[in-house]
Amino acid sequence: MENFAELNELSFSRDGRLIFDGINLKIPKGKVTAILGPSGTGKTTLLRLISGQLKPDSGDILVDGLSVPRLSRGDLFALRKRLSLLFQSGALFTDMNVFENVAFSLREHTRLPEHMIRDLVLLRLQSVGLRGACEHMPSQLSGGMARRVALARSMALDPELIMYDEPFTGQDPISMAVLVKLIRSLNDQLSLTSILVSHDVEEALSISDQVYVLSHGRVIGEGTPEQVRQSQNAELKQFLFGHVDGPVSFHYPSKPLEQEVLPL
Amino acid sequence: MMVKALMNRIGYLGLWFLNICAAVGRAAWFFTQILSWGAGFKAPFKRLLIQIYQLGVLSLPIILVAGLFVGMVLALQGYHILVSYGSQEAVGQMVALSLLREFSPVMTALLFAGRAGSALTAEIGLMKTTEQLSAMEIMGVDPFKRVMAPRLWGGIITLPLLTLMFSVLGIYGGAFVAVEMLGIYDGSYWGNMQNSVEFYEDIVKGVVKSVVFAVTVSWIAIFHGWNAIPTSQGISRATTATVVQASLAILALDFVLTAVMLGGF
Amino acid sequence: MTSKNLEISVGAFVLVGVLALVVLALNVSGLSYRTNDQSYFLFARFENLAGLSERAKVSLSGVTIGRVVEIKLDTEDYVAVVKMAIDKSVPLTTDTSASILTAGLLGEKYIGLSVGADDELLINADEIDDTQSSIVLEELIGQFLFSRSE
Repeated sequence: MENFAELNELSFSRDGRLIFDGINLKIPKGKVTAILGPSGTGKTTLLRLISGQLKPDSGDILVDGLSVPRLSRGDLFALRKRLSLLFQSGALFTDMNVFENVAFSLREHTRLPEHMIRDLVLLRLQSVGLRGACEHMPSQLSGGMARRVALARSMALDPELIMYDEPFTGQDPISMAVLVKLIRSLNDQLSLTSILVSHDVEEALSISDQVYVLSHGRVIGEGTPEQVRQSQNAELKQFLFGHVDGPVSFHYPSKPLEQEVLPL
Repeated sequence: MMVKALMNRIGYLGLWFLNICAAVGRAAWFFTQILSWGAGFKAPFKRLLIQIYQLGVLSLPIILVAGLFVGMVLALQGYHILVSYGSQEAVGQMVALSLLREFSPVMTALLFAGRAGSALTAEIGLMKTTEQLSAMEIMGVDPFKRVMAPRLWGGIITLPLLTLMFSVLGIYGGAFVAVEMLGIYDGSYWGNMQNSVEFYEDIVKGVVKSVVFAVTVSWIAIFHGWNAIPTSQGISRATTATVVQASLAILALDFVLTAVMLGGF
Repeated sequence: MTSKNLEISVGAFVLVGVLALVVLALNVSGLSYRTNDQSYFLFARFENLAGLSERAKVSLSGVTIGRVVEIKLDTEDYVAVVKMAIDKSVPLTTDTSASILTAGLLGEKYIGLSVGADDELLINADEIDDTQSSIVLEELIGQFLFSRSE
């Protein structure tokens, strides 16, 4: 199986805290790969590393055979035209309406005539079901709608790799179901490669072909969703099934309670 | 003990100095990034227009009203000083020279820092906080070219024009007070002014000052927006820093420029 | 805001700014040579101008009737030649005298005219013969001290 992106022995630390400690990930072409892990494991950081917004301390990141940390600024921007990232907040441009948001990268990177841009944008909006909202400003949209517009925008230039940063967070069940369906169907229809970063275990497992579970800077589980579910790793099981106490303690490290609360 | 405390102090001072150096270095790098527009910069004109509108047209009311009142006050104050020497006829000259050389460039730049500079910082800071700048980068669009450069150039074009308008309003405001209210012969007001004001020495040098201020204010404002900590508190701090630093920079630079232009050293 | 309105307002803004520069250049710095068509020119020779400058006013009985438009040095006689533009509606007699006066103690210099009783009128490019130079404060003080010491 061909890999679209690879992370080899990647280490990264920020403010003296080690976030990744020599992790290896392989993102197969044409599949949906889910990266799961508790909050604070640096999943968003991982996406920023892949898109070249951050540089690793050591190790290499290959995207379509190109080493991202070693690219020049110009080559990096050229590579980024083939990638796209869906931000948790949507990150829509607040000074443009929905139509202009989706048209943004078309206008920036192509010299298409206006009527073609119009057709392309409306088709993208149609595929996320928001063609009727093209005159709205981002502030008029609900969170779920904003994320769908952002999805349409990230699709505008037919990217080869699309990365989703926590796409399900804070969504009601209906828009969650809509997003789950969209991510899967877009991946299959446009033969994309997708990376999905999430801590919503069930939704992520239901649409992904391959799963990595990160914790404390290491990969603690990998394989197909079925393999991961069957794993006997205690830490992995605690995360997947949401047990309150386990290898990850409920309590933040502290002095024993007796010493602080009941000094005798 | 004392020695150790002293060493600590010196250490902090060194750290503080290094931090300042780092900040200046970052700001300088930032400036070169903005200036390197050109290649790959399509349709910059429309964006420039939007910035001139945002920074210039929307700042017009405050600039014009301020110019009018500053000119009127200058005429009133100047008259009362000059009348004791029997030279009240020279009030036009005084109003025009103080406006063209000092008041217009400095006051306009200060007002611009408060009105447009703070807005620039807040806007860019908010774009950073809501990840719009990151989104742009990921989409392969350089925010330095797309967002920062038009704002810098917009400021550089706008502020000198505002300064000229400030001067004109101030001089006519002064004329109103001197001629209509204080009864100075209008031929003296204008004649004296025309005798003493030199196009190059006074008007052009004032415009040069305002161009320097425009670069400074826009640069500081955009830098603080881009450098803001992406929280609401971070944006409010960055906005304050813009106004404070830009104002101080304007006043300090004004002294330096005046010294150079008058050749007092 | 539509594209059209944006262009119009920004265009107007820039035009007003440029207009401001033109106003400053012409009206304030007097870069222009604003000579009224409604005026005629007279010349006068003075031994010492003592601070009289171009565009100084020319007044008659305290009313401004013209301006100094040009100052030259006559290199034969070593006197200053002043060219004045006088309002056409003010006829001046040939025995008009001109003197350089000061408004207030330290104020601006101007030319004060006083009309004589002649019937003939000065015409364009004529010269006023009866002139009195500016009183120079230092000379006056010098004379005063000199006369006291005698």
